Amino acid sequence: MRARTRTARRRVVVLAAVASLGAGLLAGCADDGKDDSNESSGGGGGKTTITLGLFGTAGFKESGLYKEYEKLHPNVHIEQTVVERNENYYPALINHLTTNSGLQDIQMVEVGNIAEVVQTQSAKLLDLSKYGKKSDYLDWKWQQATTKDGQTIGVGTDVGPMAICYRTDLFKAAGLPTDREEVGKLWAGSWDKFVDVGKTYQKKAKGTTFLDSPGGLLQAILSSETERFYDSSGKVIYKTNPAVKSAFDLTADAAKAGLVGNQTQFQPAWDTTIANSKFAAMSCPPWMLGYIKGKSKADAKGKWDIAQAPKSGNWGGSFLTVPKSGKHTEEAAKLAAWLTAPEQQAKLFAVQGSFPSTPAAYDSDAVKNAKNDMTGSAPIGTIFAEAAKNIPVQTIGPKDQIIQQGLTDNGVVLVTQGKSAKDAWDNAVKTIDNNLDQ
Amino acid sequence: MTTGHDTAAASPAKEGGAAPARPSAGPPDDERRRARLSRRWQRDVRWSPYAFVSPFFLLFLAFGLFPLIYTGWASLHQVELTAPTDMHWVGFRNYTRIFDDDFFWNAAKNTLTIGIISTVPQLLMAMGLAHILNYKLRGSTFYRVAMLAPYATSIAAASLVFVLLFGRDYGMINWALNHVGIDNIDWQNDKWPSQIAVSSIVIWRWTGYNALIYLAAMQAIPQDLYESAALDGASRWQQFFHVTLPSLRPTILFTVVVSTIGASQLFGEPLLFDANKGASGGSQHQFQTLGLYLYEQGWVNQHLGRASAIAWTMFLILIVVGIVNYVISRRLRASS
Repeated sequence: MRARTRTARRRVVVLAAVASLGAGLLAGCADDGKDDSNESSGGGGGKTTITLGLFGTAGFKESGLYKEYEKLHPNVHIEQTVVERNENYYPALINHLTTNSGLQDIQMVEVGNIAEVVQTQSAKLLDLSKYGKKSDYLDWKWQQATTKDGQTIGVGTDVGPMAICYRTDLFKAAGLPTDREEVGKLWAGSWDKFVDVGKTYQKKAKGTTFLDSPGGLLQAILSSETERFYDSSGKVIYKTNPAVKSAFDLTADAAKAGLVGNQTQFQPAWDTTIANSKFAAMSCPPWMLGYIKGKSKADAKGKWDIAQAPKSGNWGGSFLTVPKSGKHTEEAAKLAAWLTAPEQQAKLFAVQGSFPSTPAAYDSDAVKNAKNDMTGSAPIGTIFAEAAKNIPVQTIGPKDQIIQQGLTDNGVVLVTQGKSAKDAWDNAVKTIDNNLDQ
Repeated sequence: MTTGHDTAAASPAKEGGAAPARPSAGPPDDERRRARLSRRWQRDVRWSPYAFVSPFFLLFLAFGLFPLIYTGWASLHQVELTAPTDMHWVGFRNYTRIFDDDFFWNAAKNTLTIGIISTVPQLLMAMGLAHILNYKLRGSTFYRVAMLAPYATSIAAASLVFVLLFGRDYGMINWALNHVGIDNIDWQNDKWPSQIAVSSIVIWRWTGYNALIYLAAMQAIPQDLYESAALDGASRWQQFFHVTLPSLRPTILFTVVVSTIGASQLFGEPLLFDANKGASGGSQHQFQTLGLYLYEQGWVNQHLGRASAIAWTMFLILIVVGIVNYVISRRLRASS
């Protein structure tokens, strides 16, 4: 009898083990997002936990905004997860949106992806127009996250009004003016003039180039156009748009003339060219100053200055969206609107250098008095605010990023490696067309 | 488990002894119970093995077979990552377009050349190392562990270090080459240098692993063979070629097969080696492998249908390679 019960018990144990293993496996496949929020809201002692999914350096936490909000709303607890690169963050976000799982309460979306999210995922995202105040934001920023039927699915965190950062010491050595007004006048209104200044610089450049990379120049020119890769009806026109071709050709021309460095932006070798002061100027949205600061040696402090670009454009900036599947969409939407309100954006700029997408913040002291170690006494807030007001309303499209990347990495970069502009263009077009073809 | 079965089988006999405690259990009842137990036992014997092997097959079903079939289904559609449930039937278009897809064939060629550049030196070096390690050495365990160390490092970490080493302007390898009078080589942008550089990451990672496999096989070769060869006047080299190599034939075949599979799936190294940090395998796709192209189409360009067709085409190519491998190995076996 004892023997039998033992075998019976053993069988029960084995079954239980198998069952729990199986359950564990199934649980492993199951939605993990919801488990998570349950636990943390329990841990928070009856508080509502709001989670943010971010990429890069959004800086909300670093500038103490979460703490401030938690003080204002004692029943709210905020947590964030950060992925370093948008290239890794965005595909996962799309996957989570289409499967409605693994989403945070608030998800950040980059400007390069916002058109695609607006066009394909708007049904999964909350309309934030009731929460954010439309008049606070730059109009084009608001429109970028608004669907055709008038739902605004994202509120703008920051924008990237582009100016030109330049090294005063290198400009001086090359016989160019160093005052930011005079420098701005050298090329005001035309990118051709900008490249001409580069040619003047290059004559006396000692082992340096005028610009950092072909990608930076192409990005700058294209971002100042109203129409680039898509027309207003949503058709892909990058191949036939003369603005794109001339931007490409001008960049290729600059590359042929040796005005640009031959490193790819944001790669270790490119970082080294910053540290070693290998170039004199670069297209420079506000967040770039932080990057320069991070990669420079101490002796470069105060040697940079900022002039207006030939034509203003926008490079970068993000949006906060609220997936409908979240548990606390109401609270999340309120938090998203609060984080992007003028006062908070001004604070964020002071700490993080992310430039406000809300013009009301431009008159705040935090923006007006802003300085940067690299640029010494330059009033960077005023300069970028000026640039921000002149940014054209640009038609954006879902595959902007793929097209831009193709034109750069599979295009103008090749010119720095000795290919002709025509070969580079053909290679880029072939790559992009293949990448776009469904 | 066997004891469990034994007691279960023996228990009916003991049951009679236990019966007095419950007098109501009459003989017919007892018989029924006995029959039930025996049925249960038979069922146990028949089905338990299946239950024990089932975890693997359930996992395989969920993570192997289902994705395989679903990918096949998706490959017949136009599907985008932004709306995976929204499928448009396109028949075999995703396959037919592969025939004139330059990027696919470029990737296929790269996979083949990188496969050869990485596998052949890797296995030759592994053989040499194994041969040296097979001598009596002081601290042999240290050498063996050291050889396996690259295998235990992560691909990502290793690739990033190699990117720095192979840097064009600030890399250590060019710096060393400069000292012997060779100009800077653009390891990331020129076709052959980039393929050699990617291969070197693979070689670095897998040589030790293969060397240990060879070493294990070498140590299983009976010493008498060498002794009699030595008596016949064979030199070290002759011993290696006429005793060691023939004995290692099955092992060599195994490593060739494993390396071929590995080479055809090469992905992480070329992805991380790209100077632009894209998935195009260099500006001109000069080191884009099939695995990388599949990833680019599916996850960067978001064309799941096309990516699925590429995956299936890769699968079919691998099957062909497998058959060729099998035929060759049979020939080899027959000839020996």
